[in-house]
Amino acid sequence: MKTLKNKKINAKNAKLSVEEVKHVAALANIKLSPQEISKFQKQLSEILDYIEILNEVKTENVEPTSQVTGLENVFREEKTEKCLTQEEALSGAKDKYQGRFKTKAIFND
Amino acid sequence: MELNQLTIKEAQKGLAEKKFSSIELTKACLAQIKKHDKKINAFITVCEKEALEKAREADKIISHKQSLLLRNKPLLGIPIGVKDLYLTKGIRTTAGAKVLDDFVPQYDATVVERIKKAGAIIIGKTNLDAWAHGSSGENSDYGATRNPWNSDYVPGGSSSGSAAALAASMCLAATGTDTGGSIRLPASFCNLVGLKPTYGRVSRYGIVAMASSLDSIGHFSRRVFDAALILNVTAGNDSYDATTPPKEVPDYTKGIEKGVKGLKIGIPSEYFGKGLDERVKDVVEEAIKKMEELGARIVKISLPHTQYALAAYYIIQPSEVSSNLARYDGIRYGLPRERFADEAKRRMMLGTFALSAGYYEAYYLKAMKIRTLIKKDFDQVFSKVEVIMSPVSPNPPFKIGERINDPLKMYLSDVLTVTANLAGIPGLSIPAGFVNGLPVGIQFLGPQFSEELLFQVGDAYEQATDWQQRRPKL
Repeated sequence: MKTLKNKKINAKNAKLSVEEVKHVAALANIKLSPQEISKFQKQLSEILDYIEILNEVKTENVEPTSQVTGLENVFREEKTEKCLTQEEALSGAKDKYQGRFKTKAIFND
Repeated sequence: MELNQLTIKEAQKGLAEKKFSSIELTKACLAQIKKHDKKINAFITVCEKEALEKAREADKIISHKQSLLLRNKPLLGIPIGVKDLYLTKGIRTTAGAKVLDDFVPQYDATVVERIKKAGAIIIGKTNLDAWAHGSSGENSDYGATRNPWNSDYVPGGSSSGSAAALAASMCLAATGTDTGGSIRLPASFCNLVGLKPTYGRVSRYGIVAMASSLDSIGHFSRRVFDAALILNVTAGNDSYDATTPPKEVPDYTKGIEKGVKGLKIGIPSEYFGKGLDERVKDVVEEAIKKMEELGARIVKISLPHTQYALAAYYIIQPSEVSSNLARYDGIRYGLPRERFADEAKRRMMLGTFALSAGYYEAYYLKAMKIRTLIKKDFDQVFSKVEVIMSPVSPNPPFKIGERINDPLKMYLSDVLTVTANLAGIPGLSIPAGFVNGLPVGIQFLGPQFSEELLFQVGDAYEQATDWQQRRPKL
C-alpha cells in the first residue's frame, strides 16, 4: 500500500486555483463563503494530488468499465401502474400552487 | 441472556415455542434503546408506536399456530434497525442530513417492503454519515455515533448507527449500504457479521443513492446464519431496479454447514503491505491458520492494481455522488442546498471537477479504465482460488476526532474495502479478534453471486471460534 506523501500544498502549487474552486462550486450549485473557498481549495488539492498516482498505470488499450452487471437493454412491459397521488407527491413541497410545485422563474419577463 | 441479545435463529425458536412473545422481544429492544442510546446515538428516529403495533400483529399470527405462515414470513416478529438511507413510508427519513430534516417518504424502498412482508418489525431508523459519506459515523448531521465497545472510539461508517445499534443489543439485525466499505468496516469495528452482497443482488430502489454503480444493499447480524436468512428475503430481481439481474435466489441457509475442506483460499500480498497495523496482521494471520486447520488450502495470490483502487474510487464515487445529489433542490421535498455539510460539499465539488470539460478524460475516464484492470485482477485470481481472505481495515478502530480534520486520512480507512465495490463482488466481514478491547474483523471476498460460498466459509470459521459471542459492557 502506498503511504501518504506529505507534500505541502500552498496557493502557488495547489492543484486547484481559487477560480477553479469557484467555477466548480457554481457548476454544483453550491454557495461557498470566502473561508470555505480557501479551505476546500487546500483539501481538494491534497486529494487531487493523491489521485495523481493513477498516472502510473498504462491504460491506452483498456476499455472503461461503467457498470459491472453486464446487463443491457433492460425493459419492462409498457403498462400503467399505480403511482403516487398528487397529494402524496406534493406532501413535501414548501411552495405549492393549485396542486403544482412552485419554483423560481427561469425566464425573466 | 436478555431477549434483545438473542440471534434471529434463537429468537424464532423462542417465538415458535411460545417461550416469549414478539411484544416482549420488541419491548426489550426499546428498553435497551431508552437506556443507552443517549450515549451511543445509534438512532435518529425510534418507531416505538409502529413497532409495538407490528409486534402485536406478529403475536396474533404466531398464536394462530400456522407454521406455514411462519415459513412465508421468515422474519416474523423480529425487531430490525433500518439505516436512515432507506425510504420508509410515513416514517421520517433523513439520510443523516439536515437537507432532508423534515422529509417523510411517500413510499417504501423495495427492501423495506420485502422485510415488512416477511414480518420484520422496524424498530427505528439508524444514524449514519450524512448521505453515506464517511467511514466513521462522524459526518452525521445528527451527531456522531459511538462504538459500544468503547465510547471514545468510532463504530466505523457510514452504517455507523446500524452497527452500533446491533452491537449494543438494541435490535436483532440492522440494514446498511456498502459503497466503499460502509457495511464491512463498521462490522469489523463492532464485532458483527456484515454482508456486502454482489452489486445488483439486492434492489437499490427507494434507497438514497450515493454512487449508483457502486452502492450495494446489505445488512448486519450476529451470526452468519442470520445473514443468510435476511438475504433470502432481500435478494432478487426487482422491476424497479434495472441493475438487478433475473438471477434466481437460492435458499442461502441450505448447506451453510458444508465446511471448507479442500477449499482454496487466496491471500493477496498487496493487502498485507507496509500500511497494515502489526496487531491487525496478527489477528488475520491467526484466522488464516484457523482456516487451514479446518481443511482449507491457503494460496498466495496477487491483485496487482490494488494500490490504485482508492484513487480510482475517489474519482468515480464523488463523480456519481455529484450527479445523485443534484436532485436535492428543496423544491419537491427537503430543504435548500445551503444545509449541505462539509463532506457532501467536498465530494460534490470533487466529482463535478472530475466530470467537467477539460478534466473528464484525465480523471473520470482514466478511473473507469483502472476499474476494468481491478476487476480483471479479481477475475484472474478467481480462476485459481475460490475465495479471497484479507483484513477489512488496515488499523483497529480509531478515536472519535482522530481523523475528522484530515479528509484524505479518513479516506484511507477504505483502502482494503473499495476494491470489492469497484469489481462488483460480494464480501462478508466476520469477527476475528480484538486489539486493546476493540474488535477486528476479517473479510472473505468471492466472485459475483457467490454469497452461498461466502456464508459456508464464514459459518465454518464462526463455528470454530467464539468472537461473535462476546458482548460489549455498556
